[in-house]
Amino acid sequence: MTTTTTAADIVEKSIISNGIPLSNVEVTRDSYKGKIDPDWCPGCGDFGVLTAMQKALVELGKQPHECITISGIGCSSNLPGFINTYGMHTLHGRALAVATGMKMANHELTVMVTGGDGDGFGIGGNHFLHTMRRNVDLTYIVMDNQIYGLTTGQTSPTSALGMQTKSTPEGNLENPINPMPLAMVGGATFVARAYTGQQAHLVDILKQAIDHKGFSLVDVFSPCVTYNKDNTYQWFKSRVKKLEDSGHDRTDFHSALDKGYMWGDEIPIGVFWQREDLPTLNDLEPVLDEGGPLAYRTLGITKTQSDSLMAEMM
Amino acid sequence: MTKKQDANTDNKPLVDFAVGIGGAAGQGIATPGNILARIFARRGLNLNAYNAYQSLIRGGHTFLTIRASDGPVRSMGDSLDVMVPLNQDTMDRHLGIMPSGSSVIYDEAKITPEDTPEGVQLCPLPIKELIVGNKLAANTVAVAVVLNMLGIEFDDLADALERIFSRKGKAVVESNMEIAQRGYDYAADNFSSFPYKAPRLSKGLAVVTGNEAAGMGALAAGVKFYAAYPMSPSTGVLMYIAQHARELGVMVRQVEDEIGVMNMVIGAAHAGCRAMCATSGGGFALMTEAIGMSGMIETPIVCIDVQRAGPATGVPTKTEQGDLWQLLGAGQGDYQKFIVAPVSQTDLFNTIPELFNLTDRYQCPGLVLSDLLISEGTSTVDPDDLNWQPDIDRGKMIFPDGSANDNPYGGYNDNDYLRYANTESGISPRAVPGVPGHIHVAASDEHDEDGTLISDEFTNPHKRRMMVEKRARKMETVLDEIDPPELVGPNDASATLVGFGSTWGVILEAIEKLAAEDEIVVNQLHVKWIVPFHADVISSILADSKKIIIVENNYSGQFARYLRSETGIKGDAHIRKYDGEPFMPHHIVDGIKAILEDQTDLYVPTHEMMV
Repeated sequence: MTTTTTAADIVEKSIISNGIPLSNVEVTRDSYKGKIDPDWCPGCGDFGVLTAMQKALVELGKQPHECITISGIGCSSNLPGFINTYGMHTLHGRALAVATGMKMANHELTVMVTGGDGDGFGIGGNHFLHTMRRNVDLTYIVMDNQIYGLTTGQTSPTSALGMQTKSTPEGNLENPINPMPLAMVGGATFVARAYTGQQAHLVDILKQAIDHKGFSLVDVFSPCVTYNKDNTYQWFKSRVKKLEDSGHDRTDFHSALDKGYMWGDEIPIGVFWQREDLPTLNDLEPVLDEGGPLAYRTLGITKTQSDSLMAEMM
Repeated sequence: MTKKQDANTDNKPLVDFAVGIGGAAGQGIATPGNILARIFARRGLNLNAYNAYQSLIRGGHTFLTIRASDGPVRSMGDSLDVMVPLNQDTMDRHLGIMPSGSSVIYDEAKITPEDTPEGVQLCPLPIKELIVGNKLAANTVAVAVVLNMLGIEFDDLADALERIFSRKGKAVVESNMEIAQRGYDYAADNFSSFPYKAPRLSKGLAVVTGNEAAGMGALAAGVKFYAAYPMSPSTGVLMYIAQHARELGVMVRQVEDEIGVMNMVIGAAHAGCRAMCATSGGGFALMTEAIGMSGMIETPIVCIDVQRAGPATGVPTKTEQGDLWQLLGAGQGDYQKFIVAPVSQTDLFNTIPELFNLTDRYQCPGLVLSDLLISEGTSTVDPDDLNWQPDIDRGKMIFPDGSANDNPYGGYNDNDYLRYANTESGISPRAVPGVPGHIHVAASDEHDEDGTLISDEFTNPHKRRMMVEKRARKMETVLDEIDPPELVGPNDASATLVGFGSTWGVILEAIEKLAAEDEIVVNQLHVKWIVPFHADVISSILADSKKIIIVENNYSGQFARYLRSETGIKGDAHIRKYDGEPFMPHHIVDGIKAILEDQTDLYVPTHEMMV
């Protein structure tokens, strides 16, 4: 008893109901402007990430209602309110779990997850690992500022060793997570790093990530101008080096791992690793083979089906 | 509540017997148990089966009680008529409490009875000779003996063996059949049968566990997304749905932890699916923040808590009604939710679609308070009592094709669709992602009518108050949707027994037993809906009660405290059990007598069986 509603039918019907042929509505940057303006601190790196996302979606020709942006909690997790896509602003660390449910229930949506380093690699670390190994077809954009901003400046899982923060006044004793190799060995099929200060490069990477079939991670250096006085725009500007300039082969796993570990005077940005031969979770799920998004199907089971279930119990 | 099941209480049942099978885990108790249960149910007998087990896969002690009757069977009863000990340990633990007139069937080569109570028929079997080398068939012999003593025709057993073993080939079926026949004949020649014969009624019944019933109810309700992290005693729901998921177009996900489970379920529900999960107390504890989010973003989900004895890891394979306050207080802040405690396996089935309709219409989470007793317990179910094609009411939803709602999206655009519109009823039309013209953010932060976070503008106290009241307003008239509890039994009774959830059946049986054996008349007020709570109805019923006795399967009287908090009524006396095992009818009977004789106002029965 499944209907055969597809995205195409939906758009077709929406044309009839609204009297406006959607395909004729040109998607512009304005189409993606959110209801309210961001309330980030002036100079925050997250502005650049928001702009780049909007540009990428326009350039990819996506319709806003076909996209959903799901976040956790933190400064960067406020992003869904500032972009005109469907949005969910969930719980601290849980965005990937919610997004997996969303994608599996409606695999025709373009699902983007946004958040910070604490949200994703700290409290959400377990979901991060498992969403990668499942190869859920979504794009995870981490605005990595190496600090807890919304709680006014405590150490984060990506804070450098020795970094002085309000929770580590004598310096951070713990090794930071390096999201690049972690994601590669964790099973992510697209692993990239970008820098909010390099817009064109960031837009290009986001477009590739959104287009990628499978789990894509884009870890974006997004400086916190208020609480992180170590990893500033100046600090990144002199260090980030595009991988493509060094002729990196993104399909070479071991080379990608080596590049992923580079940190210091030179920090690579770009696409480290991509593989396109693995099916996504929704590709693998037979329930989604036909019938369109699960969320739009007719509910309940037929008498024939229930008679058969009942017979097993007799 | 389940009046239908009470229909034939006036006709005195012809038979009412209980069979106990015990041994170490791994000794194969489940198969003979299933064979007996299916045979009884196919004859139309009602049954209740309860497996007392431990958290191990091999060894230890497991004891399965199957009680059957042509009358209603709502608990495992009070005593055994037949015991089949598969090892010495089981014999030693239980022989002493076997009543006169009962029989004990065992392998004479392996097991020796000691101190047999008077009137107990010992039925030693020369198993080795009867099975001629087929060691796997030893338990089949015992089944055959039990059936012979109950006057059940061999054909019924032959049918059952054919069904169970046909997958393993003709040779296995034939071997089992021969061995069963030898056991059946041996019993006829050597042991005395029961003075009654198990009747064959006109209509066969189904045999289900509560976990299966919950899974079946979910399928009937149209659940399309089920997620879980395995946790005893709730895992049966996962296994049942997983087994049928592909054929019925249901997606099942096993998630990394219960935090992920609930968040994933919310994601799927927000997309527009009916989505569900089940867990036990520990897993539920991990889910609670997300359940609050379901309330805040007004995305309905259903979650079953199959309670086990807590706190912490507690006793994973034992039952308790100890999570009431965990569900009441799940998560931070005030939010709207349903909490329902089904009273039987049949009720569990039918409650799930009803709860989904309520949660869809009221856009909030629905929590089912079950427990090991009914979820892992087995019962016969009359197929006619299960509504497989219930009405499905999704409330004010907006889908892309405009089919499931009376709010076609044509009238909205991105600027004026208000997901959280401050309506008179508090219920706001709910568009799912993908609908053109209805873009909005669902935020776990407090938000305005259009979904904007109030902290992204100004944390405006007036807006905050408006939204808190909007959500709360949804529930102002919800009690009209919920059947109030009813007083069962005569108004003029010595006491009223009050309980909730799974204890319904055993309390009712205790009342019947008390009336039959001691001519003491008590009545019953059983509560199924915890939230919303029919406080006025309950208060008015209890105002006429001579003595309020609250019966519950926990230490601290969680339901008594809740009743008091909602009605101001303090129970006069309490019967509580918290040893991990469920109440047996006589535990409650003894408690009522002690209370009515003013010996105590808190009776805690001793569980006689060492399981």
